[in-house]
Amino acid sequence: MSPDQPARVNGIGASVLRREDARFITGNGRYTDDMRVEGQVYAVFVRSNHARARIESVDIADAMMIRGVLAVYTGADMAADGIGNLPCGWMVKQHDGSDMRTAAHPPLAHTQINYVGEPVAIVIAQTIEIAHQGADAVVVDYAEQSAVIDLATATDSEEIHPGITHNLAYEWELGDRAATEAALATAAHVTRLDLTNNRLIPNAIEPRAALGIYDAHTGEHILHTTSQNPHLARLILSAFVKIAPEHKLRVIAPDVGGGFGSKIFVYSEETSVIWAARKIRRPVKWTASRSEAFLSDAHGRDHLTHVELGLDAHGLFVGMKVHTVANLGAYLSTFGSAVPTYLYGTLLAGQYKTPNIFVEVQGVYTNTSPVDAYRGAGRPEATYVVERIVENAAREVGMDPAALRRLNMIQPRDFPYQTPVALVYDIGDYEKSLDRALTLADYSGFAARQAESEARGKRRGIGLACYIEACGLAPSKLAIALGAGVGLYESGEVRFNPTGSVTVFTGSHSHGQGHETTFAQVVSDQLGVPYESVEIVHGDTGRVEFGLGTYGSRSLAVGGSALIKAGEKIIAKGRKIAAHLMEASEDSVDFADGQFAVRDSNRRLTIQEIAFASYVPGNYPEGLEPGLSEKAFYDPQNFTYPAGTHIAEVEIDGETGVVTLVSFVAVDDFGRIVNPLVVHGQVHGGVAQGVGQALFEHGFYDHTGQLLTGSMMDYCMPRADDLPDFVVDTTVTHCTHNPLGVKGCGEAGAIGSPAAVMNAVTHALGVSEVAMPATPEKIWRILKQQAAA
Amino acid sequence: MQINLTVNGAEHSLDVPENTLLVDIIRERLRLTGTHVGCDTSQCGACTIHLDGRAVKSCTVLAGQADGATITTIEGIGAIDALHPMQAAFRECHALQCGFCTPGMIMAAIDLVEHTDNLDGRAVREGLEGNICRCTGYHNIVRAVLSAAQTMTVKT
Repeated sequence: MSPDQPARVNGIGASVLRREDARFITGNGRYTDDMRVEGQVYAVFVRSNHARARIESVDIADAMMIRGVLAVYTGADMAADGIGNLPCGWMVKQHDGSDMRTAAHPPLAHTQINYVGEPVAIVIAQTIEIAHQGADAVVVDYAEQSAVIDLATATDSEEIHPGITHNLAYEWELGDRAATEAALATAAHVTRLDLTNNRLIPNAIEPRAALGIYDAHTGEHILHTTSQNPHLARLILSAFVKIAPEHKLRVIAPDVGGGFGSKIFVYSEETSVIWAARKIRRPVKWTASRSEAFLSDAHGRDHLTHVELGLDAHGLFVGMKVHTVANLGAYLSTFGSAVPTYLYGTLLAGQYKTPNIFVEVQGVYTNTSPVDAYRGAGRPEATYVVERIVENAAREVGMDPAALRRLNMIQPRDFPYQTPVALVYDIGDYEKSLDRALTLADYSGFAARQAESEARGKRRGIGLACYIEACGLAPSKLAIALGAGVGLYESGEVRFNPTGSVTVFTGSHSHGQGHETTFAQVVSDQLGVPYESVEIVHGDTGRVEFGLGTYGSRSLAVGGSALIKAGEKIIAKGRKIAAHLMEASEDSVDFADGQFAVRDSNRRLTIQEIAFASYVPGNYPEGLEPGLSEKAFYDPQNFTYPAGTHIAEVEIDGETGVVTLVSFVAVDDFGRIVNPLVVHGQVHGGVAQGVGQALFEHGFYDHTGQLLTGSMMDYCMPRADDLPDFVVDTTVTHCTHNPLGVKGCGEAGAIGSPAAVMNAVTHALGVSEVAMPATPEKIWRILKQQAAA
Repeated sequence: MQINLTVNGAEHSLDVPENTLLVDIIRERLRLTGTHVGCDTSQCGACTIHLDGRAVKSCTVLAGQADGATITTIEGIGAIDALHPMQAAFRECHALQCGFCTPGMIMAAIDLVEHTDNLDGRAVREGLEGNICRCTGYHNIVRAVLSAAQTMTVKT
């Protein structure tokens, strides 16, 4: 291909400017709340103010008297209509082989309240204002009960769900307990640490919303909603919640304003809205206020962990033992059970050759909002455990933290590497990322910078995190064997239109990631067609055949690979047509750069000409179907394993305890990179969220179960002036088992950064642990104690 | 109450309830849905517009307070074939991902550049402290604002 052809200019590896930006920078995005349809009415939910209570009665009479209130439905109404409970999609087996213990999670509570904000009734009115008045007029008689909030004591508290003793959803373990304990018993040195992984509230800037439409003519239910995976929403709403058969339910996720995991799940509100739309035969819209989002979006993290790491006399890791109590909230959210188990315990080897690892996890119910996947989902928690204990171990044995890591790292010659916690890493070069990060952070110059800070009355610290994650979820057989309720493949369709443009359908969903650009780059590159002629369609079960959606940094590795497979089928069929038209044998026709050419001849046809011929099949191969459109499902053979090194440097004000992040370096290996501009943007955003976890954010409940950080005035979101410019670079080893060689980049920033920042904070203070977030108050108290000592 | 507004150059005479927020008039009455609502405590800035030439959070202004005002929303600053320098810079620098905070961020950034001499990265970060973005980590937003500032004129 000549260099001036657009397919290469905008192909894989080019920093193509995003095509979706045109609508977003001009105010032409179309988010769910922007929609208005004929006859639309408005929903507001009545929510519990109590964390735990029995519902004695719900009186809707006063609300129904308000002019403009059209309907008020309660949990009893939904149950009477045959609407089912919200399911958890991953059945975790306990260590004794028994199933995890689940509690019924009705979309609207009708007998029992288990967290503040749990919806009790839906009020539907002509206007949003009247709907609010109606919600205020619904009288719920609660019999209050004492709430179980404190994670550390939850297993010794009153049972939240009758029959679920000790409030334990499960006790799960992985690895060899006896071997690990033996290794620790004979270790030359054992480092111990108690860690808190603070509860986070996702806070995508677009609040969740839903617009339910019932078409009485066709019987079709159309749900526009803020979803990362509309097909999964359709499947769950159909198969488990019994809203409607799948072929009568269409779920559309239009422009979605960020997700970070929180829009994966099927919630009460969209379930109620689409059901109510059928009930009253009017389109019903609900949009969360930010206050509602704080209470009702699934939260993230919230672990208490004790970890022990044993080292031999040379500094080699001999064993690591981890005990974690994971807060699951009041109910098991859609994937809540899998996050602190299969997405956590399996990552505890990190980048190291630790021969013996054992982890046990208690998944605990509390009277708080359900906890589920939030950017990284289990992998930030695992990285936090590994990288905090490794850093502390280095300090205890007097080794340089970078050197201790290097000593224990899995080397390129070791791949494929079987860890003691189930995963097989396919490829990586961890030292390369470490070296690059050390250079970019001027690691060797730290002492001079520290002295300079101290001269100004500041404490300075530097911290590393060498993370690994498992992305590209996941081989379906493996996931289903481990309890997943669905496969984790992805579907794609590449459709040539007769005039040569290409419409691509993907089951992945873009809510900020830029798939409309990057997927078009991939297809353009593979088929040699102009980037501008490739359109990406996603987010509509009525247009895309099937999909599992976007989470776990899987879109390009799994969804992109499905498109490559579909493209290969296009090329194979195109070759048959081309061979026929050029009167050559199929095996003498090569395809490259958008052209089918007969080898050793000047005969050639463009793929667009072939597409036209396929739709106007006059001169056409005998027996071949017309048309040039191919579908593929791609089921990964393994996870992908992005890995890298993050280095944070902080300065702490001795008077106020304020921590300033002065520099942050991220060097990541994401495999082949399709669009560097987009990839760097993903890292920036992830790092900001991870820094937010380390320094600012905390979903905090008081002992009665009231969320004290229930607004953006109380929950500290990272702002522009809290962060420095980031230094971002990449190293590359290609994933060995997907056709693109890609690994995934969406979560890495949030995975490595909390440990890096907290290692820097504890380094600056000379302490072994500060519970996240490292707020000025906590630091100030430590500084005061140190001054007094 | 009756109010008169000039929005993106068009005059509107509207009968609005006294407790109506300006953002609701913009979104629900005028159907200019590029202005977003991301919170309920005037923290996120997604609803930022220009009122008589200065950036304000339109969730914090009653419609009645804006009577007689000239308002510019994201739809009024440029078109796809004639972008405002700030819009162009946001695209060039990949300063947006999900796009939800973007209109407010652009409106705030325009105001910042138009009213600040000798803008640097620190000043951009402090000047945009009232607008929350959850996607970009602000890194590319700062780049975009500094880039746009090269071609824009300071008004103060």
